[in-house]
Amino acid sequence: MKQQIFEHQHQAVWQQIEASLEKPAEGDNSKILAEHYMLLCQHLAIAKERLYDTALVERLNNLVLGVYRELYRYRAETRLNIYAFFKRDFPLAIYRHRYFILLSFLVMVLPGLIAGAWTYLDEDAIYSVLDGSQVRQLERMYDPQARKLGREREADTDIFMFGFYIKNNISVAFRCFAGGMVIGIGTLLVLFFNGMFMGSIAGHLTRLDYVDTFYPFVVGHGSFELTAIVFSGAAGLRLGYSILNPGQLSRLDALREAGRDVVPMLYGIVLMLVIAAFLEAFWSSSTSLSIEVKYTVGAVLWALVLLYSFSGRRHESR
Amino acid sequence: LLDTRYRVEIPGGINLEAQVVGPIPRFFAFAIDLAIRGLVIFVLSLLSIPFGSFGLGGGFFLIFLFVIEWLYPVLFEVFMRGQTPGKKILGISVVNDDLSPVTLGTSMVRNLLRTVDFLPLFYLVGLVSMLSNRRFQRLGDMAAGTLVISVPESAKPTAMKNIPPLAPATSLLRSEQSSIVEFLQRSQQLSEPRQRELASILEGVTHDKTDNGVEQLQRIGAWFLGVR
Repeated sequence: MKQQIFEHQHQAVWQQIEASLEKPAEGDNSKILAEHYMLLCQHLAIAKERLYDTALVERLNNLVLGVYRELYRYRAETRLNIYAFFKRDFPLAIYRHRYFILLSFLVMVLPGLIAGAWTYLDEDAIYSVLDGSQVRQLERMYDPQARKLGREREADTDIFMFGFYIKNNISVAFRCFAGGMVIGIGTLLVLFFNGMFMGSIAGHLTRLDYVDTFYPFVVGHGSFELTAIVFSGAAGLRLGYSILNPGQLSRLDALREAGRDVVPMLYGIVLMLVIAAFLEAFWSSSTSLSIEVKYTVGAVLWALVLLYSFSGRRHESR
Repeated sequence: LLDTRYRVEIPGGINLEAQVVGPIPRFFAFAIDLAIRGLVIFVLSLLSIPFGSFGLGGGFFLIFLFVIEWLYPVLFEVFMRGQTPGKKILGISVVNDDLSPVTLGTSMVRNLLRTVDFLPLFYLVGLVSMLSNRRFQRLGDMAAGTLVISVPESAKPTAMKNIPPLAPATSLLRSEQSSIVEFLQRSQQLSEPRQRELASILEGVTHDKTDNGVEQLQRIGAWFLGVR
């Protein structure tokens, strides 16, 4: 068949599709696109096979590409299954990353313990981690004397702190994850230094016997926050490991596969850190609640987070 | 040869082609987005002042700052068919490497890893990465399995002059036929001397040593297109 006859025969369909691609906003055009998708594929194949000219092949190629992109477009209502995510996808992703999580945990906690022990025993050790003004600020924040005198924070300030924790903590988690691209080194550094800072602060405040102000404050939101940071480290290490040891795949394919695998972790991390920021701003900061209540709630939160984190195994197909 | 065509076999059993986009249009798209983001942040910071810089206003400002810093590209790419405003102006779009539109997950990965591509300063790592592979992928694109392609404008069929068809004197292979048709299609883009030069190579087909060679070829092309 000569090209012009072919073009003439199908011109109407092509124009119809082009028109409906140009106005994607107008209602659901997926039905008409789906009906004509295979037909267009066939036309493109014919046009290529018969060596019709490039302009026509290009036009058909772009038509098919347009329809394809429209048909496979992201549709929130079909892709986001929140229930399945919490019930299965996130715990399963945690289970599959268990060795990375263990490594991430150790890289954060071991320097934390060592630094904590050091600042607990040695009065001056804290100054090799923080400078003088930071130490004074820290001591003022958790001084039991000041606490008793101070009054309950304004609700406005709580909201400010909520925003601050969201921005700060999630950014740290994202950077911790991204550091994995540098064969995991960036992630390890973020984990190491965060662990060291937190450990040395805890050690120093324990040495000053600010126990009753510091620990009730951190125990609640710590459950979500520390776990989420460990998870973000695990996701970063997964990326780094896929580059270092791609196994049977090419490095690029291994990295791509890792990139797909960590996605549920990323969603989960963001959610956990939003919860943590909420707790830190509105719950942990409250001074009117008794220490017992804070420890009890903190213990419950930790139990929930850990139980949930260990619930993924049964979803693994064997 | 630098070939920016990217081919992928899609369900439907055919190879689809797209043009991957290099660093320069992507830089301009990024610059436009950066300006938009800067403007939004500026306006928000002004709006938040009356509500207390360290209170309600400041809190919401920080949340928006976080969203604009990290999620601006994600939200636009996912909900606006792979295009942030900057990309839309430049006519480029982010797609998965099977040319399907980016999903939430892939867009998150490529945009969170932007931090690494930005290192050590102003996207140096990303640039080196883009220039060292055929798909112009920065590191984030590699991990996410995404590409940036140029969005084809809906090509309007070029109006063709009415050319009286002419049957070729000799039988030609199909590839030769299509070359002649291409010559006809592209003759508007070629200069006259270049057209004559090309036509003179084909004297054996047109049997015409005069300047009419070009016209002869175009008429033969019209014949192969099916004009009668």
